[in-house]
Amino acid sequence: MKLQRQQLLINNFFMFIINCPYCGERDQTEFTCHGEAHIARPDNPSEISDEEWGRYLFFRENPKGTHFERWTHDHGCRRWFNVMRDTVTDQIIKTYKMGEAKPEISNE
Amino acid sequence: MKYSLYNLVKNSFSYHENWEKAWSSPDLKPEYDVVIVGGGGHGLGTAYYLAKEFGVKNIAVLEKGWIGGGNTGRNTTIIRSNYLWDESAALYNHAVNLWEGLSSELNFNVMFSQRGLFHLAHSVHDMQEITRRGYSNYLNGIDAEILNQDQVAKKIPHINVNGRYPVLGALLQRRAGTARHDAVAWGYARAAENLGVDIIQNCEVKGIDISNGKVVGLQTTKGSVKVDKVGLVPAGHSSVLANMAGFSLPINSVPLQALVSEPVKPILDCVIMSNSVHVYVSQSDKGELVVGAGSDAYNSYSQRGSFDMIEHMMAPLVELFPIFSRLKMLRSWGGIVDVTPDRSPIIGKTPVKDLFINCGWGTGGFKATPGSAHVFAETVFRGEPNDIAAPFSLERHFSGALVDEAAAAAVAH
Repeated sequence: MKLQRQQLLINNFFMFIINCPYCGERDQTEFTCHGEAHIARPDNPSEISDEEWGRYLFFRENPKGTHFERWTHDHGCRRWFNVMRDTVTDQIIKTYKMGEAKPEISNE
Repeated sequence: MKYSLYNLVKNSFSYHENWEKAWSSPDLKPEYDVVIVGGGGHGLGTAYYLAKEFGVKNIAVLEKGWIGGGNTGRNTTIIRSNYLWDESAALYNHAVNLWEGLSSELNFNVMFSQRGLFHLAHSVHDMQEITRRGYSNYLNGIDAEILNQDQVAKKIPHINVNGRYPVLGALLQRRAGTARHDAVAWGYARAAENLGVDIIQNCEVKGIDISNGKVVGLQTTKGSVKVDKVGLVPAGHSSVLANMAGFSLPINSVPLQALVSEPVKPILDCVIMSNSVHVYVSQSDKGELVVGAGSDAYNSYSQRGSFDMIEHMMAPLVELFPIFSRLKMLRSWGGIVDVTPDRSPIIGKTPVKDLFINCGWGTGGFKATPGSAHVFAETVFRGEPNDIAAPFSLERHFSGALVDEAAAAAVAH
């Protein structure tokens, strides 16, 4: 446990090591974060209200805890994928391809 | 006790051992007229102006850590008001006007130093941007001078104007400068307590009680408290508090870092900012260079930024000032900033009655401290924002009337 925590500290201090679903583990500097994942564009754009548009465009979950976000591997395969990450520890829990279902949040 | 030359001399006879504490640590009372959540500069200032200008008697400021320990103590202390849009210009210039009298108003030296701020331009596009912004500043009565390369080289002796990032010119605001960030929190805390405000530290809000759509109380780590009105002034944790009250915000919380060098003799007598190569630097009165840059792009509450960001701020700094290349950096730290889509703050009403919010200052909140606190105090007291605060409502994200400083001022605040 102590070793794990030390490793976490080291990883955090330097940068993330991100496991690209296509290329494997690489440095964070190769990647760009593009914000919250799993936001669906409204199906009925001409019918929804200004408030609903505002919520779709601007409002974000911004959780303190598990967060789902989109990253691109700019200096690698240049593909988009999703990352499940803890915003308190910055620990990456899981990376997965676009289109795959949102992983469940375990209550450990 | 008033801070004065008389009291300084008087206390010197007792070897300065009998100065009163600047503020005390009262217990949380069961009921308040107004509770301000967040004991940074904006929150403490709000309490101060509520007590002073609006005569509210029974106020508490709840701070989960120690006062000024969040973003108020973690920024690069830059103050300026040369924003592009009229709405922002009015808000930030209101702040600069208050900064100019703040030390005497609070009877606390906040070390406000109007040493001038240079926004560097590195390309034709940058020159066009600063020219546009400079003329916009003229129209709004904000001082601005557009300088060419020779003028910049003359005013800033050590700058490298012909390097990798050539400096073609700069936008100078002479009224801009820096202040001592801790003193701002301490000065407002002391002045607010003198007016009867309870400052409760180590008191985290855990829940917000709402009855019939109106805020009625708060659950805190020091017990529950009944309230008539609440002002949320939280910075990094804006979304967390908003969620407690059952609404969400157009905010992402991201890490922003800064660092200081070892102290050296005076070498830089102004503030330098560059939006294009993205670094800002000034020299503190202690002699340290205070350096900042952009925020990380990912959400985090860790108060720690990524290592490569440090390289991103050091590389352009050394290009612009080769003389700094041999300086050692002493400390780096991170804060969590709440960034809105248009990089303008949110000040005003929330979906919950008598619950007001002042957040979303992103990477540039320190400069606005007195102005933000002043307009928010009026918002809380009247229940409606005044003319300066009105454009910054949460509502603008539905109406589309954004105050888009994100595109206007690029990234650096």
